[in-house]
Amino acid sequence: MEDLGLKIFGAILTTIMAFTVGMTYGGIVRKLTARVQNRYGPPVYQNFLDLLKLQSKKTNIAHGFMGHMAPVWIIIAAVTVLMFIPILNGNLWFPNLSFHGDLIFLLYMMVFGSLGMALGAGQTGNPNSAIGVTRGLSQMVGYEIPFVLALVALMIQFQTTSVQDLTQVQHETGVWNAFANPFAFLAALLASLGMFRYSPFDIVGAPAELASGPVSEFGGKYLGTMMSGGAVFAFIKLTLYVHLFFGGAGNPDDSGILATLAGIGILLVKTFLLYMIPVFYGWINPRYRTEQAIRYFWGWPTALGIVGVLWAVFFN
Amino acid sequence: MENDKNSQKIVDYIGNFARKHSLFVLAYGTGCGAIEIPATMTSRYDAERFGIRGAATPRQADVLLITGYLSTKTLKRVIRVYEQMQEPKYVIGFGSCTVNGGMYYDSYNTINGLDQYIPVDVYINGCMPRPEAVISGFVKLQELIMAGKANNGEKYRENLEHYRSNQKKIIKNWKMPDYNW
Ligand code: SF4
Repeated sequence: MEDLGLKIFGAILTTIMAFTVGMTYGGIVRKLTARVQNRYGPPVYQNFLDLLKLQSKKTNIAHGFMGHMAPVWIIIAAVTVLMFIPILNGNLWFPNLSFHGDLIFLLYMMVFGSLGMALGAGQTGNPNSAIGVTRGLSQMVGYEIPFVLALVALMIQFQTTSVQDLTQVQHETGVWNAFANPFAFLAALLASLGMFRYSPFDIVGAPAELASGPVSEFGGKYLGTMMSGGAVFAFIKLTLYVHLFFGGAGNPDDSGILATLAGIGILLVKTFLLYMIPVFYGWINPRYRTEQAIRYFWGWPTALGIVGVLWAVFFN
Repeated sequence: MENDKNSQKIVDYIGNFARKHSLFVLAYGTGCGAIEIPATMTSRYDAERFGIRGAATPRQADVLLITGYLSTKTLKRVIRVYEQMQEPKYVIGFGSCTVNGGMYYDSYNTINGLDQYIPVDVYINGCMPRPEAVISGFVKLQELIMAGKANNGEKYRENLEHYRSNQKKIIKNWKMPDYNW
């Protein structure tokens, strides 16, 4: 019983942490973007204010059942996936369900949120939403291929599909997977550019072109809920990447308060640095068209992914 | 928004604080004043430091910015947009043309006085107002929001008949639903 209590406590703590970190990163990015554009920029906590405002809107309109469910669906998907991601390697505070999920399951679950968004956007009947959804799904087809190839390379190389085991391998050998299989890492890194949807891959939202795409008919609480879901998803992707390629964070042999805090610190540093890659790439790039984006992902990233798989097969 | 003791509830206070610092603007570029909006938003005047940012659609917007003269044809679209916005919603009339018609006061094709058709929270006068004036208008709006006095969305719904009759005087071929949800 005590165990269960600790697990629930850990799950709540994880969710709060993921949400806070995701929102804060978003705020930091807004501030940094402003500084790059020679502006002063909004405060770092601006995203929290936006969320609070959206949640305190007095009227909220939904266009039917799926329009009502889509934000809920997104947040459910986000929290579910979060439970299957190891936050700290082997830590007793955040065990969640990380031992019971593997990469293939995660791959499946990660598109769940987008699916909810697509259904909700479809019901609003706004043409911009429909175009946004088709663009989003096309882009997903684009970046999922190098991403999956990179993951397959890792799975072959270490003969396991468990995120936990992959992190543990890196912890034991001391070699990050980013170096153990550099090609898979590069493929995954390039795929992450599409995953985070910063320029040049912001073809889904595209405010000036599509009026923010799938979310164009969502306002108030619905938009706020979607924002929170998006923040959690950003944290999920970053943490997954850190655990797969950057040696993870946390010490499996020590779950003391100090070691846990140190682990969280390392996780934050690593995720933040990783997050800066798509953001930096976005600052210097204008928006691609859909077919350009897909061609981009099916070019070098996919080639690197295939090389990564071959590397895993022949050199290990 | 105010309770019987003439002060705001703590919930409203927090809500108003967030509303004040997070204004999503739908800049409806109706007239020449629209050219000042890019200047206000970009690096020289940087409205984002006040939490003011552009919204892409009426559903997400809090502030409707009418930038300048409003032709009778555009009025219909403005009404649709305004009614689609979610409460609390604010309107800023931008430039002399929205106040009294400005230099188009005797035009056959523009309206004089925006607040006959939709309730306006803040007017910014000038032909055209500089970005400093625009930002000061936003600051004025923020003060109104903080004081709980910016609830024109409710006012519009309560006095819908009055506004409708004014609108229908201008829009002869009214082919819209009763209320554009
Ligand atoms: S107030 Fe002046 S600048 Fe603004 S729309 Fe009217 S004529 Fe143009």
